Amino acid sequence: MFGWTGTILRVNLTTGEIKKEPTNLKDARLFIGARGLATKILSDEIDPTIDPLGPENKLIFAPGPLSGTMAPSMGRYDVVCKGPLNGTVAASNSGGSFGPEVKFAGYDMIIFEGVSKKPVYLWVKDDQAELRDAADLWGKNVFDTTDLIRAATEEEAKIACIGPAGEKKVLFASVMNEMHRAAGRSGVGAVMGSKNLKAVAVKGSGVLEVARPEDFEKAVMTARKMIENHPVGGAGLRLYGTEVLVNILNGVGALPTRNYHESYFATADKTGGETLSAKYLIRPKGCFSCVISCGRVTKVTNPKFAGEGEGPEYETGWGFGADSGVDNMDAIIKANYLCNELGLDTITCAATIACAMDLYECGYITAKETGGMAIRFGDGETMVKLVEMIGNREGIGDQLAEGSYRFAEKFGHPEFSMSVKKQEMPAYDPRAVQGIGLQYATSNRGGCHVRGYTISPEVLGVPSKFDQHTTEGKPNLVITFQNLTAALDSTGACLFTTFGIGADELAALLSSVTGVPYSTDDFMKAGDRIWNLERLFNLKAGLAGKDDTLPQRLFEEPVPAGPSKGEISHLDQMLPEYYSLRGWTEEGVPTAEKLSELSLS
Amino acid sequence: MAKILMIYPEKCTGCLNCSEACSYTKEGRFRSAASRVHVYTWEREGISVPMMCQQCNDAPCVSVCPTGAMHRNTGELIVQYDLSKCIRCRMCVQACPFGNAVYDSVTDAIIKCDHCQGKPACAAACPVKALEYVDESVSTRTRSKAFAQKFKEAFQEVA
Repeated sequence: MFGWTGTILRVNLTTGEIKKEPTNLKDARLFIGARGLATKILSDEIDPTIDPLGPENKLIFAPGPLSGTMAPSMGRYDVVCKGPLNGTVAASNSGGSFGPEVKFAGYDMIIFEGVSKKPVYLWVKDDQAELRDAADLWGKNVFDTTDLIRAATEEEAKIACIGPAGEKKVLFASVMNEMHRAAGRSGVGAVMGSKNLKAVAVKGSGVLEVARPEDFEKAVMTARKMIENHPVGGAGLRLYGTEVLVNILNGVGALPTRNYHESYFATADKTGGETLSAKYLIRPKGCFSCVISCGRVTKVTNPKFAGEGEGPEYETGWGFGADSGVDNMDAIIKANYLCNELGLDTITCAATIACAMDLYECGYITAKETGGMAIRFGDGETMVKLVEMIGNREGIGDQLAEGSYRFAEKFGHPEFSMSVKKQEMPAYDPRAVQGIGLQYATSNRGGCHVRGYTISPEVLGVPSKFDQHTTEGKPNLVITFQNLTAALDSTGACLFTTFGIGADELAALLSSVTGVPYSTDDFMKAGDRIWNLERLFNLKAGLAGKDDTLPQRLFEEPVPAGPSKGEISHLDQMLPEYYSLRGWTEEGVPTAEKLSELSLS
Repeated sequence: MAKILMIYPEKCTGCLNCSEACSYTKEGRFRSAASRVHVYTWEREGISVPMMCQQCNDAPCVSVCPTGAMHRNTGELIVQYDLSKCIRCRMCVQACPFGNAVYDSVTDAIIKCDHCQGKPACAAACPVKALEYVDESVSTRTRSKAFAQKFKEAFQEVA
């Protein structure tokens, strides 16, 4: 078998039964793997209306057909389930070597179902798999858990686990692998915690073969060259990490600041990638088969925020930086380290704290609700304290652990939550960059940039430049990026490979590895299919076209200053065209013809 | 002039492209145990170190080999391994101070780096030049010059 291993490992946590079953190869061709194939299985096996933290939810760890090969920067895996933060289909992907290790152990994915009576972890060594007691691990942070499980299994086992945040079902808990890599968004870690599953440890010594070696070698060489010759993929990300975007986005007035009140942060440079590289970077880090090396091994020496670890990425640096009004890089990095140790999504965590700062500054929450804490914009020390309180659900952290929407709603001001479908928006202001607003509004998991990264054309000019402030052509652009990304994610590729390659190269790699001939059109159509499948899940889960919107603030409060001064989002000018181009009704429902065209009916 | 594989752990990102390339070159497939280069990663500290046969001048693997399977041809730098002479006694595995000669049960052979006979795939695949295939003298000169640079800066500061 090529690309796919042909075997799925299914673990019933209620009964303890572990079995192997064949991968449905017809579905694998249609939905590729990882995000796509796991979502297909989730859609087939669960009722989308279930409680995400109940026993009916399933949790799937799924690498893609390219994971484990030398295809450049393509060793990722997805954690797929119904997400507890907002009830949409969750597919959070992560790098490192965990995904390839699952493949080398012989599996296309591991499916968890039911709930264990007591804390357990799964130990997989090739064809052997067993559930082990995790009582002693419960309560341990991500780093200690990882070390302890490796000591109990094998030194070179790859560990994906939750920290205290996942155990306590913080609604934006992450799944962390190899300590620093996060399947961050949508609260997939809370689902793992709800199942009493502390970790998955894997060691694989198997073989992965490619179907057409000559084509594969050629496709790898081509893709590598294109990425390495690209100014962003080849040099920029290694030099400065994704944090390089801070100054770029601030420069075009699109860096959301102080919970999206503003879109320009005067002292942004103190929090940017250049500062990070000059003062904190120890060395760049790369995931499995990566040629980009955007990872940051960093160190903070300031005793107040001292620590060592990885990060921050741009979204994290923005959330704990501009969005919280903090320009103290020591505090920003410390907040990132704590998120990794506790197992928290940095974007939602930071944006929820920024929301609390906003509510406090406006007087909607007071010292009475916060337990005496003053939660103000710019206060890095309080921000760091709050991260810990959230991860452990202590004090006000227990309420913040529900995410910004529920928190703000509780105090009567849900409009203070800068979220779409209850998931917090990341670091690009839709008032200043029109296409990304349409992407947030229509994203199948709510506020999210990596479902259709139109920042590439709208700000960076990759592959070609679109005016950030206009709406013309944006619906088509968003759809193309969404479909491409859905297919790309499903192969195991990293989104950053698009700083160099596109659908042509990905289709060539996928074809040569699997032996299934994917044309560029086939590949893009698979993305369209996956997108519509996710949409159907969400519609059945109770979401509707009316949820495809943005926070009122972005329609009503023009950007007050900076390069995008006076701008608001013009979502209403783009959404009808988006629905129509998607082949959906005016209410945003895929038509029967569209579903039939995509083999989804 | 003899060429050697220089390892620069300070540059290594832990991406495993070297090990993937090695396995693919040797077997036409991906199998980590087939790789002649092994990357150790310390996750907490974020440090990775690639390890492979050092082609020792006084090679213990050659000294202990009872059949001459592990040998060095006169005038060559590479320690060669001749499968046809090997009796799988694994004396070389025990003798190697670095653990860089390994018995592989899948192929029933000793696995050890042979520089791909002059075109090491690992160095070609490394995206950050943490592995470089360079002339023996150049390699060490680069490293000693890097230290000399530090001395130079220190002298400039006190001057």
